[in-house]
Amino acid sequence: MAKVELKNVSKIYMGGHKAVDNVSFNIDDKEFVVLVGPSGCGKTTTLRMIAGLEELSDGEIFIDGKPVKNVPPKDRNIAMVFQNYALYPHMTVYENMAFGLKIRKFPKNEIKKMVEETAEILELEKLLNRKPKVLSGGQRQRVALGRAIVRKPKVFLFDEPLSNLDAKLRVQMRAEISKLHRKLGATMIYVTHDQREAMTMGDRIVVMKDGIIRQIDKPLRLYRFPKDQFVAGFIGSPAMNFIKGKMVFENGLPALRASGGFLYRFDERLKEKLSKYINENAALGIRPENIALNGSSEQSYKAEIELIEPLGAESLYYLNLFGDKLIAKAQPLNDDLKYETVGITFPKEKVHLFVNEKAVSLK
Amino acid sequence: MIDASNKYGITKAVALFLSPALSAIFIFFFLPVFAALAMSFTDFGLYSLADWRYTRFVGFDNYVKLFNDPLFWQALKNTFYFVLVAGPLSVAVSLFAAISLNSKFAKFKSFFRLAFFLPVVTTLVAVAIVFRFVYHPHFGLLNYLLGFFGISPIDWLGDPDWAMPAIILMAVWKNFGYNMIIFTAGLQNIPSQLYEAAEIEGANAWRKFYQITLPLLTPTTLFIGVITLIGFFQLFAEPYIMTQGGPLNSTLSIVQYMYREGFRWWNMGYSAALAFVLFAVIFLGTLIQLKLKGKDE
Repeated sequence: MAKVELKNVSKIYMGGHKAVDNVSFNIDDKEFVVLVGPSGCGKTTTLRMIAGLEELSDGEIFIDGKPVKNVPPKDRNIAMVFQNYALYPHMTVYENMAFGLKIRKFPKNEIKKMVEETAEILELEKLLNRKPKVLSGGQRQRVALGRAIVRKPKVFLFDEPLSNLDAKLRVQMRAEISKLHRKLGATMIYVTHDQREAMTMGDRIVVMKDGIIRQIDKPLRLYRFPKDQFVAGFIGSPAMNFIKGKMVFENGLPALRASGGFLYRFDERLKEKLSKYINENAALGIRPENIALNGSSEQSYKAEIELIEPLGAESLYYLNLFGDKLIAKAQPLNDDLKYETVGITFPKEKVHLFVNEKAVSLK
Repeated sequence: MIDASNKYGITKAVALFLSPALSAIFIFFFLPVFAALAMSFTDFGLYSLADWRYTRFVGFDNYVKLFNDPLFWQALKNTFYFVLVAGPLSVAVSLFAAISLNSKFAKFKSFFRLAFFLPVVTTLVAVAIVFRFVYHPHFGLLNYLLGFFGISPIDWLGDPDWAMPAIILMAVWKNFGYNMIIFTAGLQNIPSQLYEAAEIEGANAWRKFYQITLPLLTPTTLFIGVITLIGFFQLFAEPYIMTQGGPLNSTLSIVQYMYREGFRWWNMGYSAALAFVLFAVIFLGTLIQLKLKGKDE
């Protein structure tokens, strides 16, 4: 019903700063797409251009196949939920939700019906006569959601809607928005800087940095097959460990050598593939949850435990490996494990290699 | 626990520390006000200045005389005319200026803000003299401009019907910059997301103005309304310099009448009574305004 397409969209601010640089992607009907990236990466600007609140410097945006460059926000059939809720403080919850309907000249009894239906979905019935200032953060955000869905727009835009809420409420609202998406079957575009929100909510995730799209993929594929070092480090918590070094030949085999003395040997079968990278800057990536502790095979390294953070189900081990700092996440099986030296192993199939920040497949 | 003696000690210390400020406030604020109030019940005049024992207590005579004084009613009428026309006009003009200069399309914002604020800091006497030239029936700029539209010259300050509008025009011109700055601060406090949300919902510029800007500016408008009201009820310098209250007392304001009675004819008691009537009027006006706005909340 509502597809959104971005074709070579750029936003250049006065003074030449490129906030969004030649961005293209498609969002399918009923899809939940999350734009994620660190602050200043252009994700919000991209969303605002889809909304029509920001003009495009270049490129075109299509909603349902129609170019919308010259279509004002109100005629794009979209709704937007803002980070600070943007509720009208002088209006009641009911009036806030009815605002857009009144402008669109719906009959009074129909407005009442629509608002009440929406209030029921979001459990706001009892708050309809209150003003925003007496509501809690979570309630305000639900009103903002209500104001968006009451008009039944084709596309929902969310601009970091949960970042003003406390951690517990955020998890709760996250689930609520996901449920809402399934219930309404609408196209949703969601902006966040929180990779956890992106992973849990998105059908697909668009990772951005410095105005450029780094990777678009499904959450788990993004986690398993990051295209570059930035994506690898951004997705997943705690972040992937990187051991930086140079590609070298060691006894005729390709290897990565770090300045501290760490050496990782690659398999014979990768010799041909990796030989062209010799002397290039590279980084070995390993996720904290993939580091095996207490290994004693000939592939294992000696690392010093500097700190242990027990989280309950698992513990975080802060390791020092030839001067490189790593974090390992493992089940606290061994209560005796104290601040001492352990053997750690990097399972071959879990290791990532990045040469000049680009991922190199080790398959 | 603080025992009684200790508590007394604290009170004494507090009183001691506050006494310099309190006595300054008492001597320079309360004393003159109460002295004036007391004076309004006497016939304090030129003789009293020579020897205060000539002063006689006259009770409410001054107030009774006041209410039978046609010139008082004339001055009151003129003052109300001024306040009721210049007040709303000044608020409207400053709001319009603030919104125009707050628009993202406006260029040279700080230049215009400065330019509009300039009259506020300019000496009124200088401004009034310039405006007397502008209003001059034969050589004035205003009549010259009106001439282009085929409007025959108006004797702005000499015609009893036009003198007050001329004064209102000048007072609004001189004062709107101040309120404009306060309105600008109020406008900048309205989050831009509210306008964006409204835009997405389909609100046009006019609806955004009266459903978002105006309601959210209410506290600012109320504040500006009250200070403008208080300031304008004390109209004095403009007519004093431009018209001396004429022609035919058509621009005589309460404060000017007060000045005339007090400092020209030395009827200090009568003048003090006038001052307190004006105080009552301003007090009532402010109360009504607060009540009206309170209803909206």
